[in-house]
Amino acid sequence: MSAMHNESRRDFLKISALAGGGLLLGFAIPGASRFAQAAGEFKPNVFIRITPDNRVTVICGLSEMGQGVHTAIPMLVAEELDADWSKIKVEQAPADPAFKNPFMGFQATGGSSSVRANWEPMRKAGATARAMLIAAAAETWKTDKSECRAANGMVVHKSGKKLSYGRLAAKAAEQPVPAEVKLKDRKDFGILGKGAKRLDTPAKVNGSAMFGMDVRVPGMLTAVVARAPVAGGKVASFNADKVKAMSGVKNVVQIGSGVAVVADSYWNAKQGRDALEIKWDDGAGASLSSEGIRKTFGELAEKEGTVGIKAGDASTALAGAAKKLEAVYEAPYLAHACMEPMNCTASVTANGVEIWGSVQAPGLLQIILSQVAGVKPEQVKVATTMLGGGFGRRFGLDFAIDAVLTSKAVGAPVHVVFPREDDIKAHHYRPASVAKFQGALDAAGNPAAARIHAVCSSISDAAHMPYEANGLPPMKGVDGFSVEGLTEWPYATPNLQVEWTKNEPPVGVWFWRSVGHSQNIFFVEGFVDEMAVAAGKDPYEYRRALLGKNPRYKGALELAANKAGWGKPLPAGRGRGIAVGLSFGSFVAEVAEVSVAKDGKLRVHRVVCAVDCGSTVNPEIVKRQMESAIVFGLSAALYGEITFKDGKVEQSNFNDYPVLRMSEMPKVEVHIVPSMEAPGGVGEPGLPPLAPAVVNAVFAATGKRLRKLPLRMV
Amino acid sequence: MIEFVVNGKRARADVPGDTPLLWVLRDTLGMTGTKFGCGQALCGACTVHLDGQPVRSCTTPVSAAAGKKVATIEGIGATPIGKKVQAAWTALDVPQCGYCQSGQIMSAVALLSENPKPSDADIDKAMDGNICRCGTYNQIRAAIKDAAKSMTKGA
Ligand code: FES
Ligand code: FES
Repeated sequence: MSAMHNESRRDFLKISALAGGGLLLGFAIPGASRFAQAAGEFKPNVFIRITPDNRVTVICGLSEMGQGVHTAIPMLVAEELDADWSKIKVEQAPADPAFKNPFMGFQATGGSSSVRANWEPMRKAGATARAMLIAAAAETWKTDKSECRAANGMVVHKSGKKLSYGRLAAKAAEQPVPAEVKLKDRKDFGILGKGAKRLDTPAKVNGSAMFGMDVRVPGMLTAVVARAPVAGGKVASFNADKVKAMSGVKNVVQIGSGVAVVADSYWNAKQGRDALEIKWDDGAGASLSSEGIRKTFGELAEKEGTVGIKAGDASTALAGAAKKLEAVYEAPYLAHACMEPMNCTASVTANGVEIWGSVQAPGLLQIILSQVAGVKPEQVKVATTMLGGGFGRRFGLDFAIDAVLTSKAVGAPVHVVFPREDDIKAHHYRPASVAKFQGALDAAGNPAAARIHAVCSSISDAAHMPYEANGLPPMKGVDGFSVEGLTEWPYATPNLQVEWTKNEPPVGVWFWRSVGHSQNIFFVEGFVDEMAVAAGKDPYEYRRALLGKNPRYKGALELAANKAGWGKPLPAGRGRGIAVGLSFGSFVAEVAEVSVAKDGKLRVHRVVCAVDCGSTVNPEIVKRQMESAIVFGLSAALYGEITFKDGKVEQSNFNDYPVLRMSEMPKVEVHIVPSMEAPGGVGEPGLPPLAPAVVNAVFAATGKRLRKLPLRMV
Repeated sequence: MIEFVVNGKRARADVPGDTPLLWVLRDTLGMTGTKFGCGQALCGACTVHLDGQPVRSCTTPVSAAAGKKVATIEGIGATPIGKKVQAAWTALDVPQCGYCQSGQIMSAVALLSENPKPSDADIDKAMDGNICRCGTYNQIRAAIKDAAKSMTKGA
């Protein structure tokens, strides 16, 4: 975050305070007034455009990063619009307050919130349009609305005559917007809950999909930036003479984050950047080391922390316990390593700022970049492209700020591109964490007390957000993102205490797929497994018995166990482990089957996943998202680790920051718990149970208890 | 000046011979379907065919393409195998974010061109250099098998 201006920090804080209020109920559908309606077109609201050629276009303010939102949002609209799905198109919306995420207060995609936040608003948008089309047909036929109904892109009169939405568009645009609309009963759904094909597939198989990396603007230059190798470091001096003479190099400019080499192509910019001579003033960060961080966190974990939640009296119960367990769990810093490296194109002119890129938070960028460039927010235009992966990383602002500052400095549109090495080293890491667990079992082996103390950095501080922004009930002095997954401890336990200690080594931390749950559910589910073993119980039955008051956890757990054949014999050398977790409103249980070779090589053969995400928009996409999060979690569990030595990040590319490849891919089966509950998120919740399921399976296979990620058998 | 053929059309680039083919395609010729992922032959996102062989264009100097035929994602659908592979990918909705998929498809077409009935081990070997951060490996495997089936049917 070193590049963020103080000005923008303050502003972010203000916005986030607003955003922290949680779900804004009574979300009003913005009318079409701000987005002019062309002659013959029908735009009942900013989300829908129906043209006389009978095309129905859904305008989507959310960013498509693989999670399928460019299909899910149109499905919500099309259902209530009774549209012909084969005629639906989707279009990316510009940054505009009309598209703000009701969960956040600004336009952004994240927190597995898209369907949760839009389940009703997008259906209402569709239903509004449908009502106006029916009114237009009734007027045309000089009949009563009650004699007309909508079906498959047509309004049909009871006599059998029909008019297509395209034909009705012009007249529909003249109808009054109904104040109230009735949404369909779920039993009447024809599109929702079924596996419509993704709308973005064709462009993604023929190379035509446009990512941030593919933006081409007239007169555009490309920049590669030399950033401080030590977090918090500053440029002491630099010599660009040699670089300025290199082929294609147009300019060398100092910006907030370092020194930008601007050239006519990526390759020339990269060559120039690599040849720069820079003296860095490393500052206090130069002594940073991973051992030092671990040692500090470990020592702090043994002390008392700030109490986040407290039920009963865990200390007393622990003191008098029949059986006591203690364990220290650890998780490392992680990079996102999105397939598309960070990049952004900006053009700063006297009129304002324009940016194009693969971004998760266009609404936030409008505000922050206006501060960076010294213009009004409405003078910042953001065009969102396809995102080559997001995972929270593209909620970041650093790449956009670099692009704006470089464009401003050179007076031309500039595409800032991070080589993979820069992307890996860019200090937006999932926070490392150390957690001390103390547990007490009663005579029957059930938990009498659990006391948990986690030590890590605060993502809310890094993002200048209030501590309750993640939606947990406020805990005085405790960042919700640091303890989410611990505080939801779902197992019947009369005495429970969760504490947190903040420690801030000079490492940039950020949102990473499933955020705090990514490490905390690993910790909890590993420790509960240890409790089950100490109680001499089967880990699945132990959990099941303790989840009596949490039927949705239990339902997911049972479905995963049944489908995995829990208890059935496995080939020699294999072990099975189970874990369950709640995140972003969805309950996910996973069973992993693993084996460990003589040389210590760990192999995950099969993962069975059960998800209760409430009502589903598109079950096929739900399954793919679970599988995707399982792979992301498995990469992290097996390999993921960012480490520091002498202040510098030791990893650089996929050779030393490896991720899962085809030959290591387990079989994955995903089962959905049928549900009429409100929708839960699906982009992230599949991730947290993976690592503990694997760790618990390793224990079953080998008797060895692993408490530290990434997993090392030797 | 380096001359070669891209997807059947002549192309020329006035760049130093050690410029990676990837950046000539993307920045000189404006063909952005071939992706940059790592720049070090570690991820496969930049895979193209050079005289029919899959290569990582990020570490292939453009001089190595002089006088040769380059095939990229933009043109692969015009070949019989490329068309079947893209059809299989579409039928299974393989892509998520999609960023790796140009490279995945180019590797898959190269595999099926050499080996029309690949085993799981053959698929592992041919595809292991192509990372997918969205984790679509099982769908890629299934799509390769579907494409192989449709090839034998001649459909
Ligand atoms: S960009 Fe060439 S292999 Fe990764
Ligand atoms: S589809 Fe996103 S990296 Fe493969």
